[in-house]
Amino acid sequence: MRYEAPETIKAAVGLLIKARGQSRILAGGTDLMVQMRSGMLEPDLIMDIKRIPGMRDIVPEKGGFRIGAAVSGSELGEHAKVSKMWPGVVEAVELIGSTQIQGRATMVGNLCNASPAADSVPALIAVGATARIVGNKRTRDVPVETIAKAPGKTILAKGEFVSSVFLPKALPRTGSAYLRFIPRTEMDIAVVGSGVCLTLNPKGVVTKARVSLGAVAARALLVEEAADVLLGNKLNDDVLERLADIASDAATPINDKRGTVAFRKQVAGVLTRRAALIAFQRAKG
Amino acid sequence: MPLDAKTSNDKKAFKSVGTSPIRPDGIDKVTGRARFGADMSAPGMLVGRILRSPHAHAKIKSIDTSKAEALPGVKAVITSADLPKYKDADEDILINIMARDRALYDGHTVAAVAAIDAAVAKKALKLIKVDYEIMPHVTDVDLAMLPNAPLVHPGRYDGMAENEHLALALQEQGKAKSKRKSTNIVSRYDFGHGDVKKGFKQADVIVEHEFTTEATHQGYIEPHACLANVSSDGSGELWVCTQGHFMVRDVCAALLGMDVSSLRVTPSEIGGGFGGKTTVFIEPVALALSRKAGRPVKVVMSREEVFRATGPTASSSIKVRLGAKKDGRFVAAEAVLKYQGGAFPGSPVEMGAMTAFACYDLANVKIVGYDVVTNRPKQAAYRAPGAPMSAFAVEGCVGELAEKLGMDPIELRKKNAAVEGTKSSYGPTFGPIGLVETLDAAKKHKNYKAKLGKNQGRGVASGFWFNFGGNTCVNINLNVDGTLALAVGTPDIGGSRASMCLMAAEELGIPYDDVRAIVADTSSLGYNDVTDGSRVTFASGLATINAARDCAAKLCKRAAQIWDIPADAVKWENGAAHPAGANAGDFPPLSIKELAGQAHSTGGPIAGHYEVNADGAGPSFATHVVDVEVDPETGATKVLRYLVVQDAGKAVHRAYVEGQFQGGAVQGIGWVLNEEYIYGEDGRLQNAGFLDYRIPVCSDVPMIDTVIVEVPNPGHPYGVRGVGETSIVPPLAAVANAVSAAIGVRATTLPMSPPRILEALKSKSA
Repeated sequence: MRYEAPETIKAAVGLLIKARGQSRILAGGTDLMVQMRSGMLEPDLIMDIKRIPGMRDIVPEKGGFRIGAAVSGSELGEHAKVSKMWPGVVEAVELIGSTQIQGRATMVGNLCNASPAADSVPALIAVGATARIVGNKRTRDVPVETIAKAPGKTILAKGEFVSSVFLPKALPRTGSAYLRFIPRTEMDIAVVGSGVCLTLNPKGVVTKARVSLGAVAARALLVEEAADVLLGNKLNDDVLERLADIASDAATPINDKRGTVAFRKQVAGVLTRRAALIAFQRAKG
Repeated sequence: MPLDAKTSNDKKAFKSVGTSPIRPDGIDKVTGRARFGADMSAPGMLVGRILRSPHAHAKIKSIDTSKAEALPGVKAVITSADLPKYKDADEDILINIMARDRALYDGHTVAAVAAIDAAVAKKALKLIKVDYEIMPHVTDVDLAMLPNAPLVHPGRYDGMAENEHLALALQEQGKAKSKRKSTNIVSRYDFGHGDVKKGFKQADVIVEHEFTTEATHQGYIEPHACLANVSSDGSGELWVCTQGHFMVRDVCAALLGMDVSSLRVTPSEIGGGFGGKTTVFIEPVALALSRKAGRPVKVVMSREEVFRATGPTASSSIKVRLGAKKDGRFVAAEAVLKYQGGAFPGSPVEMGAMTAFACYDLANVKIVGYDVVTNRPKQAAYRAPGAPMSAFAVEGCVGELAEKLGMDPIELRKKNAAVEGTKSSYGPTFGPIGLVETLDAAKKHKNYKAKLGKNQGRGVASGFWFNFGGNTCVNINLNVDGTLALAVGTPDIGGSRASMCLMAAEELGIPYDDVRAIVADTSSLGYNDVTDGSRVTFASGLATINAARDCAAKLCKRAAQIWDIPADAVKWENGAAHPAGANAGDFPPLSIKELAGQAHSTGGPIAGHYEVNADGAGPSFATHVVDVEVDPETGATKVLRYLVVQDAGKAVHRAYVEGQFQGGAVQGIGWVLNEEYIYGEDGRLQNAGFLDYRIPVCSDVPMIDTVIVEVPNPGHPYGVRGVGETSIVPPLAAVANAVSAAIGVRATTLPMSPPRILEALKSKSA
């Protein structure tokens, strides 16, 4: 097992290209270390990206923010401007692990670990975030919903890694929210997660909406039909009821030790309705 | 007055006892200096690792260790062939710590290695080739009792089927008589008195339910760990995290064919046990590895190993029937309890049966308990073993009876409560007990008057535990400066060193800080039973008080010698010897410091000693009151308020008594709401870790309010009753009663996880 801590993206990509066997990126390490200790993983190369300039920075860009791949949950949570613009994303990131874990865990790590239950991912999908992938030949920006292919699997090719996530500028009267269900109150993994982002016109009618569900399929889902129910409407009981039904229908979970199909489908609807109401309140300001 | 004229409960006003000083082991624990099981090292130490069965039930056709042994850095590999083959009472323990011809559960040890480091040890485990033949398995208690169930021990219980055990079980399952000779039912227990048939005929209301509970783990934070060091002369030392180092010594010596005197066991600090560290798992394995390698071997379990291969408690299936008159008086009570305790006999069903109705004064009561074996790890004690499950079932029925009768649940319990003189459901007649006092205090508490909102419910439950005394031996050595070194033989899990210091200080009339307590190793004290049965503050406390009295008597004698008066004309008071009787006032008192300073010229060192197999442990009763709120859309339960009222007899260290109350309640909340052993179709444990085995975290529980009731136990000089176990008896029922009230459906299946609650709500609306 080899540990490297390159100081440029170029050097990092070079190491990944040359590496034999399994390579893993180390940012916070809160997934990687656990996987190694449990014997799930024995990487040949561990590449620490924290020394690469920009990886630990939150930078304003085009009215939004670029979040470096090694920015920790607590650094993000303490950033007043990001929290104000995208509370749904920040509250999702802050649900990961515990206070101690927050000191190291990163949003990009959560994304690239490709767990269907990752808390930050539905929230990022809902706000239309993009991920910047660096690699040997090119740098590309892709919607975050395309990163995970299946549990533990991403679209990243050999030599590639995600260097940052971009949160776009929020339009006026936009609100975001994320809710998850866990059997206890913290230190747990989502049984269902729901991220909602809404933009309203001055009359309180939804003009833009994105809804994403976590932990109810092999990867986080962007549920366009749920967004369609909201568009052109105010959030009355009838609309919320239909939203909940569509979210329940969109969920395709499995029975496992964390929950049953029936339970997860029902709770997907409940949480989406509740998250939509919070996002709505935030959008009204 | 001669010291031996002192009688029980003679202390009315206490100086040290009943306060809450800082524990002597506290600073080291919060700074990280305290040494736990994994913190000890020795020169030349090897790393021991264990190979475990991935199958729930499999014949071990062969084990080839040659490749592992050939790996550089591997110093020893052992299998059951390296251990003796006893056919006596130790056989189950021996087979549990190392499988012989069959692996009996997922996680069962099949081989172990000792190597120069963890990486080599891990590699060596992969090189051991075990040829398994997978056999049918059973993990569920009700399925294990069916006539066609796979047998955990084919042939071992032959003949059991021909007596009433299986016949009755089959009758209950509605099946015809089986021709099969063997069964997984290994024991049957019967308790009760009166005539339940007649009793039920008198009943105006009868409540009847079937309940199930899942196996739960004690969830101690420190995994099992030990360091074994066997010399080439055959003698050995063991450093180990355990609740009972004398037990570890005796069992390991027997299993390995050593003289008891050639094994010295030193207990480490212990990061929780709750009953789970009252047996051996890795200790004999580490000793056998060390003996074979000729070097020290440290074995530390991973959390996964703790879940798969140590002892959780039993899962259960229970049927209860309870009948009452319109005025609430119980006329008949009946229960059938089935507990599976894993692959070996010994589930705590007997104690579940004994405690089930112990809170009540019953004319007609009948309890039957079945001990059942399955392909699961051998259960170990867990805080009041067996009692929380039967209390869950019985108190659930009591709660429903209160609803049906329209009676206040505390008043209904008071009406039927066991009091001094009641013949208990398990046989003996109670002495002074404090159940009614806990009910009265619970009713008076502000929590019982709090208003409930929408989707909220309140639950009440009472509970009982016997408590235990047992073999105990204590030394007190007086130091030259008048301070005391107190040596006890019961590992300190709940702050007992502080409690012992308080009792010694109380008895000798000296400051708490002048006494320092240690837990002495097996070669330094006489035999002490394990820290279990809520026995330490009672039994080690009783021995400490008597050792202190022994010390005081010797101090009086030295003073008498100095003053040249008879020894019985000297009394010990407020930390000094005083001339008494005819000699009163003749000499200024001699303090403990003065006497200690002169000890060498008055006859040598002064030490107090006491040894006893303590009788007279007084039972402790408790009443819990809990309010919950259930989210009807997600099934999530939030505990809003929680009150524990329990009889401590006399609380020696109030904060630690409250801590025991709170700890039991929190473990119970976990058991009722989320904790469970989840087995797949393949018989493998699916949640061997704290992520998916959900013990409560701090934010899951409210402040646990406590009220200490003190009805003195006549069997202890200060009236102490054990408090460690009773606190986990009522919570399963109390929370279940609260949830049932909140959702309007009787909850009978544990854990009451959110999916189960949503299902219950659906069945109600359907």
